[in-house]
Amino acid sequence: MSADIDGADMTNLNFLFGAYTAVWVLLFLYILSLSRRNRSLDKEVDELRELLQRRKP
Amino acid sequence: MRKLADVILPPVTLAAMLSAIYMVFVYVPTDKVQGIVQRIFYFHVPLAIMAFVAFGTVAVASVMFLWRGTRTWDRVAHAAAEVGMLFCTLVLITGPIWARPVWGTWWTWDARLTTTLILWLIYAAYLMLRSTSGPGDQGARYAAVLGIVGAVDIPIINRSVYWWRTIHPAVLVTREGSSGLADPRMQSTLGICFLAFFLLFLWLLWVRNENMRLGDEVEALRQQALGQA
Repeated sequence: MSADIDGADMTNLNFLFGAYTAVWVLLFLYILSLSRRNRSLDKEVDELRELLQRRKP
Repeated sequence: MRKLADVILPPVTLAAMLSAIYMVFVYVPTDKVQGIVQRIFYFHVPLAIMAFVAFGTVAVASVMFLWRGTRTWDRVAHAAAEVGMLFCTLVLITGPIWARPVWGTWWTWDARLTTTLILWLIYAAYLMLRSTSGPGDQGARYAAVLGIVGAVDIPIINRSVYWWRTIHPAVLVTREGSSGLADPRMQSTLGICFLAFFLLFLWLLWVRNENMRLGDEVEALRQQALGQA
């Protein structure tokens, strides 16, 4: 594979755009779902601890 | 360890990813033969290698789980399988997008493409097994065996371009043994992309593992609360 330093051939730019968009959208959605799950689990842990604390004699 | 993963890893990963994006879109020269679409390789190849690393982690952690029987190893295997699936899915999306303008087709039953699809299906089955098996160790043990057996496909994918007549390019090392990227700027860009995706893999593995640890904690606290009621 040889390189063209000032290669400005923009043919197939839509394919390049499509590939990188797919990568970023999927990564973003996965990270978002992880962060949501973490937040909800954190909240649940706090609530359960509080419940157990209240029940202590 | 926790401080490293929670405080240091996210900004370092972000910096590496931004550097990778800069190099892919600004620094690296355009390939003369394939044109601008060749730039897909800089994410496609590291994603593929990191998917292999993730599924390799599943296999190692599964061996450790079967040997030691500790939930920690099971969690690592499950988290790595999920991250590996994400990366492998992206490989199977970006590959055909590159192939369409270069090969003239989205998909062909080439040895490397087919074995990669088989890998994806194996770990999709692994994740389905995890989500359908109930509480207890039995489902985890079956999944561990599948996780180990599935990893056998990784060296087959790696060698497929040398063993069979394929049209898939050998990007890192050509069939003649030289580098697939002649320009040093292309090599350094690919190197930075590898680093960025390796850091991303470590971070996602950590976050997903923490996620599962919290899930286990919730379950334990629920049992405790039910016991008190």
